[in-house]
Amino acid sequence: MITETAENQTLIEQTVRDFAERHIRPHIREWDESQYFPTEVFHQMGELGLMGILVPGQYGGSGLGYREYVAALIGISKVDPSIGLSMAAHNSLCTNHILMFGDEDQKKTYLPKLASGQWIGAWGLTEPNTGSDAGNMRTVAVRQGDNWVLNGSKNFITHGKSGDVAVVIVRTGEPGDKHGATAFIVEKGTPGFSAGRKEDKLGMRASETAELIFQDCIIPDSQRLGEVGEGFIQSLKILDGGRISIAALSVGTALGAYEAARDYAKERKQFGQSISRFQGIAFKLADMFTDVEASTLLTYHAADMKDRGEKVSLASSVAKYHASETAVRVSNEAVQVFGGYGFTKDYPVEKFYRDSKLCTIGEGTSEIQKLVISREILRD
Amino acid sequence: MKILVCITNVPDTTAKISFTDNNTKFNKAGVQYIIGPYDDYALARAVELKEAQGGTITVLHVGEADSDPQIRKALAIGADDAIRVNTEPADSYYVATQIAHIAQQNSYDLILMGRESIDFNSGVVHGLVGEMLGIPSFSPVMKLDIKDGKAEFAREIDGGKEYLEATLPLVLGCQEPIAEWKIPNMRGIMTARTKPLQVVEPVSVDDMTSLESYSLPAPKGECKMIPVEEAEKLITLLRTEAKVL
Ligand SMILES: Cc1cc2nc3c(=O)[nH]c(=O)nc-3n(C[C@H](O)[C@H](O)[C@H](O)COP(=O)(O)OP(=O)(O)OC[C@H]3O[C@@H](n4cnc5c(N)ncnc54)[C@H](O)[C@@H]3O)c2cc1C
Repeated sequence: MITETAENQTLIEQTVRDFAERHIRPHIREWDESQYFPTEVFHQMGELGLMGILVPGQYGGSGLGYREYVAALIGISKVDPSIGLSMAAHNSLCTNHILMFGDEDQKKTYLPKLASGQWIGAWGLTEPNTGSDAGNMRTVAVRQGDNWVLNGSKNFITHGKSGDVAVVIVRTGEPGDKHGATAFIVEKGTPGFSAGRKEDKLGMRASETAELIFQDCIIPDSQRLGEVGEGFIQSLKILDGGRISIAALSVGTALGAYEAARDYAKERKQFGQSISRFQGIAFKLADMFTDVEASTLLTYHAADMKDRGEKVSLASSVAKYHASETAVRVSNEAVQVFGGYGFTKDYPVEKFYRDSKLCTIGEGTSEIQKLVISREILRD
Repeated sequence: MKILVCITNVPDTTAKISFTDNNTKFNKAGVQYIIGPYDDYALARAVELKEAQGGTITVLHVGEADSDPQIRKALAIGADDAIRVNTEPADSYYVATQIAHIAQQNSYDLILMGRESIDFNSGVVHGLVGEMLGIPSFSPVMKLDIKDGKAEFAREIDGGKEYLEATLPLVLGCQEPIAEWKIPNMRGIMTARTKPLQVVEPVSVDDMTSLESYSLPAPKGECKMIPVEEAEKLITLLRTEAKVL
């Protein structure tokens, strides 16, 4: 069993590396500078099975587990974290929400399109005034016969503009009530549903982030995911798994920065010798490597628990917290190893430095992870 | 149509090459292995032909168990089954004999391989296999179609291309752009596990060659930059230092 998983994982890593080298690496800078969201790349990733990794074969997915998902996500993020972020949002938020809580009709309608990468998915929980405190969301859905009428807006939504379908969690009860929200599937083009402003960001610039606006948007009840009042609880479960993907995104980001720094340190000469001979640089690299290794193990540990069907709130928060802080620290040190060249756009590390910061914010900030972790470890 | 694709297991193109045992053994430590890039193209064309016309693809590798990941990858790309002749290959003649032996037992319509391996680069195995089987062989083939039991293909020749036609069975040494290079998808990777990989013992072959030692090319000299205004200096250096003029 172990060798089988390991062999699959190696093959997946090779596939992802070969794909990323050919179809992503040549465009990194151009996409970053122009904030271009390359939908065509996600269609190609769909053909490889990277857009429905966790979706069973019967719905057109790859039918793999979190371990393989993590391996693929690390491989993509190591080359371009912004493509990794979009892959994560599509797979573990939107697609996974329909997979976990959709009825058979909804799964048959949406999963094949999402898993093949034909459609790109978005997932909307955050609002302008409610981020960490998502339970207080203001966007509402009011029942009218067989329909629901949605009003309000969601912001910071990955694929808010280009997404073909979105899963949105909106208030159907009292603010702050755990049972006060419900999830719906909304297709692009539904009257009353539109995209707002696209954010101009520090990093993750090839991953589109935009606002979703609902103005008397009418959604049939058949688009409701699961029971009325279960939306917020569903989203917490989705985020439990989602944190594993942001942990993987972070590991990839850190690994990309570390490897670039290691290779550069071996080549760059100052005072007549390779800078890797200076203990100040060598120890930096040792620290970076150790942090990346620890984050990798924490992330695979959470993935394995998830694959075994165990509760992962604690493990995924620990992995996400540690890996994301590692990504920020390691990419910061990578710029330092590169010196002035690291500060220029001709070398890859300044982008890792900018991209990494999303990792400690998205899908629960580091402070919120500490809240989750402390709550879990202090529970009586 | 039954297609046999022979693959090599070679060091990654970026691998650092070094030797041990008094320069008589290649140092495998830390080296990543890949399917030979030319073999990869041969396999990709086989998969395209199979997708268009049906048939089966068997991959064949002469080598030891450490090649299994590359064989699995070939299965993930689209081969139906695999045969590994369990031995450390000695030289081109040795490898060709093993391939011919397998081919004799199974009568393939098409035997494809890369134009050459990228480790020893001899580029003679396809010719040897053709001779041993008594069937035609061509290389380097950069375009291939099969119509009514006939192969129509293009071969690279000095300064141009040669368009040929031949009846099957054939042995072809392939190179790009014969096919679109393929990356295995997730489903292929999962199904590769369930495809048969048969391990067979080698037939004995007389030693035709023996290896004395390896040596690395001299390290590249420092790169000298000469500004445009001093183009004449370049001529002098090409004469006196590089001694190429
Ligand atoms: C690029 C990008 C993509 C995104 N994609 C999506 C998406 O697809 N879908 C989606 O729904 N959302 C998405 N988000 C939103 C993201 O999840 C939120 O930004 C995040 O949850 C934080 O919310 P906030 O920005 O409102 O910050 P706030 O919640 O306002 O937090 C501000 C600061 O206060 C701290 N803080 C808040 N509460 C506490 C507390 N109780 N204790 C201690 N400190 C606290 C935070 O840690 C933070 O430092 C995305 C964000 C970005 C930047």
